[in-house]
Amino acid sequence: MNILKLTNVTKQFGGLTAVDNVDFEIEAGEVSAIIGPNGAGKTTLFNVISGFLAPTAGTVSFNGETITGLPVAQVAAKGLVRTFQLVQLFPDLTALANVRVGSHLQSVGGIWSALIRNRRSREQALQVDENAHRLLEFVGLGDRAHVGAAELTYGQQRLLEVARALATNPKLLLLDEPAAGLNTQETAHLAKVIGDIVAQGTSVLIIEHDMSLVMDIAQKVIVLDFGKKIAQGTPLEVQKDPHVLDAYLGGVEYA
Amino acid sequence: MQQPNYNRAVRYFLLLLCAALFVFALLSGGYLITVLSFAAIYAIFTIGLNFFMGYAGQVTFGQNAFAAISGYVSAILTANYNWEPIVAMPAGIGLAVIVAFVVGYPVLRLRGHYLAMATLALGLITYEIAVEWQTLTQGYMGISGIPPIGIGQWVLVDPREQLLFLCAVLVIALLAAYRLKESRFGNALVAIAGSEEAAKALGINVPRYKLAAFVISAVYAAIAGSLMVHFVGFVSPEVFGLNMVIAGFMMLYVGGIGSIFGPLFGALIVSLLPEVFRGFKDYQDLAFGVALILILIFAPKGVASLTSLFPKGRRN
Repeated sequence: MNILKLTNVTKQFGGLTAVDNVDFEIEAGEVSAIIGPNGAGKTTLFNVISGFLAPTAGTVSFNGETITGLPVAQVAAKGLVRTFQLVQLFPDLTALANVRVGSHLQSVGGIWSALIRNRRSREQALQVDENAHRLLEFVGLGDRAHVGAAELTYGQQRLLEVARALATNPKLLLLDEPAAGLNTQETAHLAKVIGDIVAQGTSVLIIEHDMSLVMDIAQKVIVLDFGKKIAQGTPLEVQKDPHVLDAYLGGVEYA
Repeated sequence: MQQPNYNRAVRYFLLLLCAALFVFALLSGGYLITVLSFAAIYAIFTIGLNFFMGYAGQVTFGQNAFAAISGYVSAILTANYNWEPIVAMPAGIGLAVIVAFVVGYPVLRLRGHYLAMATLALGLITYEIAVEWQTLTQGYMGISGIPPIGIGQWVLVDPREQLLFLCAVLVIALLAAYRLKESRFGNALVAIAGSEEAAKALGINVPRYKLAAFVISAVYAAIAGSLMVHFVGFVSPEVFGLNMVIAGFMMLYVGGIGSIFGPLFGALIVSLLPEVFRGFKDYQDLAFGVALILILIFAPKGVASLTSLFPKGRRN
């Protein structure tokens, strides 16, 4: 069953077509990857899927429901949650508090419950913290819970962003270049974490430059070049595709 | 091994100092009571400012508008229509809340400097209305004969009683701010301040939470405005002019923006320092200015930041 389906999605900025008539489907329970050279429109496509940008044309449907043009927060509430290419943590908060914010959708309560602090909201706060600790353990930051997010190493910040996104209990997690700036060891750890995420039932769609990571963990790869989908298939199929070799190895481009 | 928590010790020391100050004023009486009463009222105003600016990371130059609305409603209803202050106050706060909703809804789409300009305009418009709507506000003349807070026969006439009452309201205001900050609601606000994009991506309804923070901030301002007119017994447009915004900003930054107790520390320091320098006569303002600059040089995140001076105890 497909969890995400794009139909003829196009995004133009003035005269520039950043995403050009892209179609694909993502299967539930898999790791899928979008790859492509710099400027291929990967991040724009991510922004369209997650609701940060409305597409110029086309539809995005998630779990069989059209989500095109919905506000970001509503898209997130449906279970489609993203991370950012440039890490967007809450720098003044501890790692634990960052993950706590991630549980916003998984908890309830507004001004009144905060003021009266009744039994239910106290119990909920305990659950939220317990879950946050569990998620920090899950990504390997168990011992960093009380460290300020800004004080973490870059690799740890990436993992924290993943833990925070997981706190929303997403059905589909979009990771925007999660391995950018990580060393080999950190990338290997990230690959393991992504594997664990999928094993727990959350589907994952990543944008990635790190080919070895994509080839290791993805079941399906979609290749973009100049905003167009030029290939899709298993990592092995894609690797052999002449269009992909062209785009990556610098064949002659016909505009 | 757990290190002793020096930060907590510093915080308790500062809070104890504040409490001692109020107790000393209550015992000694005199002018200090008046100064501290104003400080308490301003602290409440600044707690509200902190909500919107410190926690939610937005900016407003117009919170004096809500103090003015509530203050004038209190003044008019009690002085002209003989309402009980305790009934007039909620009416004023209610009107301020309504205005905050109506103004906040469109204005909070703006950010940064644009939001600052729009809110500044709100304060200026309120001021102009207070000046021009003479049949209601008596313009620059102002409204006098506003009764002090009380219920029926039981009225707080004695300055000591008034200060005690203001302290009680201040403590409740601080407790409410603390509980709101340390909650799902407060987490969402702090998230918006940290990264609006990330907050959205985690499912936080950013416009709604901003509006809520703005309205809460207005409630604090409105409470301060009402308390002010009942305490002074008089209101004119100047009471809630731009000077109120400037004082609030000074208190917020000197005390420590974003911290729970910052507004309390700031309000006390900014209220007391000019009195300390009274002996300097013509150079009073100069000395006050120098003192503020020195505080911000040595505690750039405000006095409350002294409570995180010591590195956190680390295990291993």
